[in-house]
Formats: sequence, C-alpha cells, structure tokens
Amino acid sequence: MELGFIMIAPVLLGAMLGALLLVWVERRLLGFWQDRLGPNRVGPFGIMQMVADLVKLLTKDDWIPPFSDRVLFTLAPAAIIASMLMGFVVVPFGPGWHIIDLNIGLLFFLAMTSLAVYGVLLAGLASNNKYSLLGGLRSAAQMVTYEVFMGLSLMGVVMLTGSFNLNTIVHAQEDGWFFIPQILGLVVFMIAGVAEAHRLPFDLPEAEHELAAGFHTEYSGMKFALIMAGEYLSMILTSAIMVTLFFGGWLGPDFLPPIVWFSIKTGLVICFFILLRASIPRPRYDQLMSLGWKILLPITLINLLITGAVALSLEG
Amino acid sequence: METVLFYIAASVSLVSTLLVVTRTNASHALIYLIVSLLAIAVIFYLLGAPFAAALEIVIYAGAIMVLFLFVVMMLNLGKSAVDQERGWMQPRMWIGPGILTAVLFAEFIYILGGTPGTTSGTIVPPKAVGETLFGAYLLAVELASVLLLAALVGAYHLGRRYMRSRREEIA
Repeated sequence: MELGFIMIAPVLLGAMLGALLLVWVERRLLGFWQDRLGPNRVGPFGIMQMVADLVKLLTKDDWIPPFSDRVLFTLAPAAIIASMLMGFVVVPFGPGWHIIDLNIGLLFFLAMTSLAVYGVLLAGLASNNKYSLLGGLRSAAQMVTYEVFMGLSLMGVVMLTGSFNLNTIVHAQEDGWFFIPQILGLVVFMIAGVAEAHRLPFDLPEAEHELAAGFHTEYSGMKFALIMAGEYLSMILTSAIMVTLFFGGWLGPDFLPPIVWFSIKTGLVICFFILLRASIPRPRYDQLMSLGWKILLPITLINLLITGAVALSLEG
Repeated sequence: METVLFYIAASVSLVSTLLVVTRTNASHALIYLIVSLLAIAVIFYLLGAPFAAALEIVIYAGAIMVLFLFVVMMLNLGKSAVDQERGWMQPRMWIGPGILTAVLFAEFIYILGGTPGTTSGTIVPPKAVGETLFGAYLLAVELASVLLLAALVGAYHLGRRYMRSRREEIA
C-alpha cells in the first residue's frame, strides 16, 4: 500500500474541483454543440461562472420543507456524495498512484455505485411530495435494472485478466487496450453508466417536463448543490473506470507522465458523455426498460459467452 | 486491532438489527436493515472474505433492499400505518421471539466457552470462491439457478395475465 494515505487529499480535492469545473465545461460545450454561446460573461471564457454558481448556492437559504422527513431529507444528499467519493478509492491514477490496491477493486466500485441509489431513493421518499416520490420510484427501478448489465458487462474484462484488481487490469492492457476485444462490453457499460448517473438522455428520475425536478424537487441551496455534485462525480467516476478497464488506464507513450494520459482520456470520455446529452432525446420510461432487458441483457450474455469461449480456447 | 474492529462492527450490526424490529416507520426500519447489512459486510471483510463482503453489499444492500424500499414507496405508508404498527407492537409479542433468541444465545455462549472458533483466519480470494462454487458445489449452484428460473417464469406468467386483462379493458 505505497502512497495510500498521501493520495486521499489530492483525490478528494481533484474530484470535487473536477465536479465544479464540469458545471462550466458542460454548459459551454452544450452551447457550442447547440450553436449558441453558453455562459461567457464572468471572467475569461466565462470560467468564473462556476465560482459565481458556487457562491450563489452556498448563500441561498437552506430550506427544509415542514412536511418532509427531516432526518432522511438531510441524510440523502450526504449519502449520494459519500458513496460516490468512496468509489474513487480504488481508481489507479498512475503507476502506484492509488489509495488502496484492493484485490476486489472492481467489485468495490460496483458496490459503491449500487449504494448511491439510496441517496436518490431516500431523497424522493423523504420529500413527501408526489413528484419526488415518482422520481424516486423511477430511479429505483432504473438503477436496479442497469446495475445488472453494468456489472455483467465488466465481467468480460475480468475473464481476460483473471482479476478484479484494477492495477492488474491496467497492466494486462500493455499489449493492447481492451476496447477492441470487449467492444460489446464497452458499449453496454457506457449506456449503463449514463443510466446509473441518471443523466440525459436517461434522466427520467428528474424529467423536468413531467415531474417538476423529480426526486430533488424540494431541494435547494447547499443540499441541491450536493446532489448535483454527486451527479457530476458519478460521471467522472464512470469515465475513470471506463478508461481504466477499456482504454489502458494511465498507459500511454512516454513523452507525457501517466497521470496526464489518465486525465486526458478521462476528459475525452466525459466530453463524449456531454455530447450524448446534447444529441440524443430522452426515451419514454417503458422504452428505457425494454432497451435494458430485451437488448442490453442478451448482448451482455452473448459477450460473456464469446469471451469465455475465446479465453478457454486460447488457454488450450 | 482486528478484534476491536470486529466488536465495533458487530455491535453496530446488533443495535441496528434491534432498531429494525422496534421502528414503527417502515422506511426507517429498512434503513437500519441496510446499515446492519453494511456492518455484516465489514465483518466478512475482517474475517478474510473480501469477496463475500463485496457481494453482501452489491446484492443484498445494493439490489434486494432497494426493491424492499421500492415496495414501501409504492404503498406510500403514512401516519395511519405508523399508528397501526404501534398497536401491533404489544409487549406480549416479544415472548415467542424472546424464547427462540434465548435458546440461540445459550448455544452461542456454550460454543464460546468450549470449542475454539471454526474460522481458520485465512484469507479467501475471489478465485477460490469461484473454484469452489463451480467445482465442488456445481450441482448445488445449478439447482439454485433452476429454482430462480422457476421464480422468473412464475413472475412472467403473473405479469402477462395482468397485462392481458389491461389490454382487454382498453380495447
């Protein structure tokens, strides 16, 4: 466990700053792709917009609705943030640059993302508001469904390396990144990742044209900021894990240090997530569910079957 | 060190399980149950079974309990349900479970005092779990999967009959 505890502060700071930066990056990129300006007034290129947003959210009245379940209402945003930040513990940012080198690293990531659903569920339940409740119900069904493929789509990579350890998985990609043999796994993981982070186009738990703001309708001020930060952290974490598993992690040509390669790859994946949001309309809820169970699940199982057969035949 | 951690996790799990039983608000009870499962996952990890610990969280805490909470949300229990639960929670309800728990507790005390614990203190890696499941216990795994398949077909059958009657209503 070299570097272990020293890495905690930089990772925490980096993840939170990344989430803050994404508030601005996402809006600028959306503006660019939708042929409009986006926030460009505060500071150069509008980059100080994130500071302005932060100050506004921090100084807003922190209101707890009198009809809500006070304890759960306060606990829910913290549950989202805590489980997302815990997920970063196993991510290898460079050779030996990790907080823990867990031999069940990949399972730990899956466990933390599956715990994040409680934040959303409890927020919807504690708000005591029918829009919030519907949003919470939708997110429960959506996240439980997509968790299945999220886990199964990664098992192809586990079969190829024979390990749940993320460092071992990165080292196994020195001869070739896994996105070529595991292209089906990558596609399923990407779709499931968007659904797990409940971002557009799969943001049905908070679909604003039918559910006000879904599960966070009653949230304002700092608690709302925590929920949004949780969503961005989820996107960063999913991108980081995707880079680690399919795009060689911190591996890259020697002229740049590994951490830079890792950041560049993660940044590109995040930009792709934002492009998805800019270009694909939201499906209906039943379409979302049948896409999951009727298309993605069979694809994942076929992928596992092929990967298993190939792995066995290579072994002889 | 590990012993202290074990006792902390164990007491968290015991207290939260006790609170699961005594809460009258169903959603609060469920949250304590989730905490109890997390504490049990910590215990698994301390006993040298990281794979079982991860699965405890992914499957029990992350999937099954979500469905429990889902049902509670669907029922949309209000103040009346809390009052009803409070009415059911009479002191005499404790007698039966109390006796059963006392038997278990006595057995536990006997085991603690006599034979040494069966956990050997070795760490069980994920690979070993897989090899045992799909080697020595293959038949049991296959039988369990057949059982799950039956449940799946049953759920599909029930859902289909409901959907058919719904379609007839609309038509």
